[in-house]
Amino acid sequence: MNVLTNKKVIISLLIVLGIVFPFIIPNLYYLHIMTLAFIWTIAVYGLNLLAGYTGYLSLAHGGFFAIGAYVIGILTVKLEMGFWLSFLLAPLVTMFIGLIIGLFALRTKEHFFAIYTLCVGYIIYLVIDKWEGLTGGVRGLIGIPLPEAIGPITFQSPTAQYYLAFFIFLLVVAVIYRIVHSLTGRTFIAIRNSEDLALSLGISTKRNKLLAFVLSTFFAGLAGAMYAGFIRFIGPEIAYTTITFDLLTYMIVGGIGTFAGPIVGTFLIVIISQNLQFLQDYRMLIFGPLLTLLIIFSPRGIVGFIQMQLYQRKRKKQESLAYKNREEETNAGG
Amino acid sequence: MELLMQQLFNGLTIGSVYALVALGLTLVYGILHIPNFAHGALYMVGGYITLIMMTEAGLHYILAMVVSICVVGLLSVLMERLVFYPLRHSPPIQDKVAAIGILLFLEALAQFIWGADYRQMSTPFGQVVEVFGLTLTLQRILIVFAAIAVMILLYWFLKKTFTGRTIIAMAQNREGAQLVGINTHKVAILTFFIAGALAAIGASLTSPINLVFPGMGHLVILKAFVIIIIGGMGSIPGAILGGYILGFTESLGATYLSADYKDIIAFVLLILILSIKPQGIFSKGGV
Repeated sequence: MNVLTNKKVIISLLIVLGIVFPFIIPNLYYLHIMTLAFIWTIAVYGLNLLAGYTGYLSLAHGGFFAIGAYVIGILTVKLEMGFWLSFLLAPLVTMFIGLIIGLFALRTKEHFFAIYTLCVGYIIYLVIDKWEGLTGGVRGLIGIPLPEAIGPITFQSPTAQYYLAFFIFLLVVAVIYRIVHSLTGRTFIAIRNSEDLALSLGISTKRNKLLAFVLSTFFAGLAGAMYAGFIRFIGPEIAYTTITFDLLTYMIVGGIGTFAGPIVGTFLIVIISQNLQFLQDYRMLIFGPLLTLLIIFSPRGIVGFIQMQLYQRKRKKQESLAYKNREEETNAGG
Repeated sequence: MELLMQQLFNGLTIGSVYALVALGLTLVYGILHIPNFAHGALYMVGGYITLIMMTEAGLHYILAMVVSICVVGLLSVLMERLVFYPLRHSPPIQDKVAAIGILLFLEALAQFIWGADYRQMSTPFGQVVEVFGLTLTLQRILIVFAAIAVMILLYWFLKKTFTGRTIIAMAQNREGAQLVGINTHKVAILTFFIAGALAAIGASLTSPINLVFPGMGHLVILKAFVIIIIGGMGSIPGAILGGYILGFTESLGATYLSADYKDIIAFVLLILILSIKPQGIFSKGGV
């Protein structure tokens, strides 16, 4: 009970913090960083759904992120469509491409799946980089428009964009929460724990794996579209493996397969990276070994570590309580 | 015709390097069932050590290569001891992530120490020779012959020496190998050393005709994965054959299809193969 109220208090505090952040720190640069952190977190949630809950490590996630960004870029810049319609279409198109790739990729397992998706990611990068007519090649796409005003709400100022990202972020977290705690979410976990067992329980692993894959590409595409709308310039480097590995690092540090992991990992690393500006190019000198050490000593990241500590403390308390009770019983009996 | 011959020879050169890198990867996979994503970083470090030994220490190319082989081999062993050994009982997803962590670290380290520029490696074998009407550089001929020599040596070592056979035994059946008294830890260390050494040889041989830079391992390692999937994960002849198949396909594809998209060929090939046969072509069934 105590933990539950604690959780509620923490969540409300965090939401309030998110709302008042632009007022406490009216620094445009920090606002920019925070907005980006929301966008990355959404992509990490997508990855976590597949790798963390279903147990399939996809290394094409950066590629799907880029597809989302490029769909909105091409629709608005080349076809001059409206922002919101393109914004709606971007994750859907990404999802559709994800569905087709997933149909084939999910025939493979474990190492083969990781290598397969790594190659898919690379093909996406090469196509974006070389297909000048569609994607602008190495020059990328410039001049993605701002979101159009909805009624009285305009998205000109960085603060408005921050709130837009924050709003979508909250929406995504709520949706992910629903998915993870639904029967579907438990099915994913069952597949991760043992695919054979899940299959023998009558779970259609094929369909559920595909669902997890498609959902994960949806969130990657959504994050990509938000990124393109926010930065308003995209180049082929957003499809490169560095993005995939960044997202992977956020997920592992926060805690793979945990609900709060993506938020904790992303914000922690984004904030640390900002404070270690001088390290920008060399940040992997720290995060690379961190990734390896975490996976050896705390495979479920920071959140997993905390959960373990809490659990052990609770168990100890229960044990000592049970011990005390027994002692009292024997005393009373004697 | 002459263009074709030239391209075939190019394919032979690239294929030799691919085969060397893929061999290291397949050996490690055969023993420990780890897809070592950090293998590309070893390849990159191998290129740099040779380059630095030549420019800073003034060593001869061949000597620099020997130093590089030792350094990268030891680095590879260190990796096994510090990372893969503690993870030997973990679920497979963790090996992969750990390997990616090492890869990211080594790349950042190389960039930190040696900078991000593309560097050229000089070679004492820069002369141009003419063989059967083809103009070839001596370096390319060296690549082909050195790679083939290394492969023969490796094959002899694995088939004819006792130590080599322990590696094969462990790849075939880990428990069985332990039962007959093979020290599997030692075999794992030895295998990682050989894998590192092969990566260093591959990188040192090819660097004079390509360039040395922190990201040089990316494409090579991906292609090496493609090769060992084509050739069967853990299969040694498969890695050699796969390396040459990919080398020829790429050099011919670059000439007759599109130079822009030549790097895609390998990945499309892999996707096609895995889409049709999810376990790879020469897999020995579910392991």
